[in-house]
Amino acid sequence: MSADLLTEFARPELVAIVGLTLRVTGTALFIACLVGVPLGAMLGLVRFRGQRLVTLTLYTGMGLPPVVVGLFVYMLLSRSGPFGALQWLFTPAGMIVAQTIIAFPLVAALTMSAVAGVDRAVHAQVFALGASRVQNAWTVVREARVGVTAAIVAAFGAAISEVGAVMLVGGNVQGQTRVLTTAIVLFTRQGDFAMAMALGIVLIVIAFAANLLLLRLQGRLGER
Amino acid sequence: MAHLALFLAVAAFVHAAPPVLRLATTTSTEDSGLLAAILPAFEKACACRVDVIAVGTGQALEIARRGDADVVLVHSRIAEDQFVREHHARERRDVMYNDFVIVGPADDPARVASTALASDAFAGIARATATFVSRGDKSGTESAEKAVWAAAKISPAGAAWYRSLGQGMGETLVTANEQRAYTLADRGTWLSMRQRLPELRLLVGGATLADNRDPTLHNQYGVMAVNPDQHPGVNFALAGRFVDWLVSPATQRAIGEFGRQKFGQSLFYPNAARRER
Repeated sequence: MSADLLTEFARPELVAIVGLTLRVTGTALFIACLVGVPLGAMLGLVRFRGQRLVTLTLYTGMGLPPVVVGLFVYMLLSRSGPFGALQWLFTPAGMIVAQTIIAFPLVAALTMSAVAGVDRAVHAQVFALGASRVQNAWTVVREARVGVTAAIVAAFGAAISEVGAVMLVGGNVQGQTRVLTTAIVLFTRQGDFAMAMALGIVLIVIAFAANLLLLRLQGRLGER
Repeated sequence: MAHLALFLAVAAFVHAAPPVLRLATTTSTEDSGLLAAILPAFEKACACRVDVIAVGTGQALEIARRGDADVVLVHSRIAEDQFVREHHARERRDVMYNDFVIVGPADDPARVASTALASDAFAGIARATATFVSRGDKSGTESAEKAVWAAAKISPAGAAWYRSLGQGMGETLVTANEQRAYTLADRGTWLSMRQRLPELRLLVGGATLADNRDPTLHNQYGVMAVNPDQHPGVNFALAGRFVDWLVSPATQRAIGEFGRQKFGQSLFYPNAARRER
């Protein structure tokens, strides 16, 4: 079995699958952070009318089943749907859209919690020093960076491990839209458990590496 | 800002690429390895790329019905004729056939091994209340299975021994192997997976297609290019070329050859030359 498993890692297909997985999830995470971190920070810093509704929506978004997101994006990107002209269905671009929607609420909501959790005294102190609003916001976000990093890693984990959305929107096309999770489903379906296991191990190793990176970052940032 | 970022990230993927033909097909053509064996020749000839979306026949037709595939290769005659009647395709062409077989646990608790007709075997399974797993995914195989139950005048839905899985052929065979259950499978997928299914034996349908004594187990595959009048976005020219290529003598020969070396018999039998009945 173990020798079997080793030969599975030598399949060239595996490299392509891992590469696409990182490309899709990485891009989705990047977009989710670009929008989610500033929005989360804003929500954590400012009080405004309707804030509870926005918070509630984000928390609901955190629990959205990926397969429902997949169905929703499928309908939007289908040629019979409103964005059919883009021709993104069954392409990595469509998968990125789906995973961005999955990752975004996690990034925004957890950033919001981290920023809101920063001691109000820091706030007052910064203002007393005569900092501008933007400078103030930046200082508080920096103070919350451990929590923000945790938000990003949580979103990464959710996006890379989901199967429902990428299966529906990507279609699991060999060499084009086949990622780790959909490949595991396929090889299990074909009874090829050795390859499915090999891919599962790769997925776990990636998740482990991401968390290790987080811990190191947290350690370094925490010491300062 | 968000839109720009999304656009830039996605644009990175959209580089100059060859034309793409989107083929919605059944899991059996992909899982058996047939497409991997024959498609490279077409991709080379047309300087294009074929993206295979392998799902159940029901889902494949639904994808095409929304204009999200250029061509479909499926195996459910009733559903295909319906598809043509709705003008989603202008015509349907026969491509190839194989047959369905009944597989089950080696000790065969329902004693169906000597049965010639699938409907008699199903009646025996129902009488013995032996576990039967069904695809349950609106696939061509499930519609064939439903026809056999109807011929046996049994409606198994809801019975404790009848389990509707909602899964593909491979998963259903793996489940049957684990639960020591009976199921209806296409011969191609069965042959390509039997090494990994130690608990199961082929019980009804004979060792090869020629030995199958039940004509209702005939499993015909058809190909249809999606109608551009209904779905202007489809690549009709390339789809038409694909259909012509699939029914051409050379490809038909390649289909008939596929699997012979590995399994000692063909997994699919070409019959495009035969005119519509």
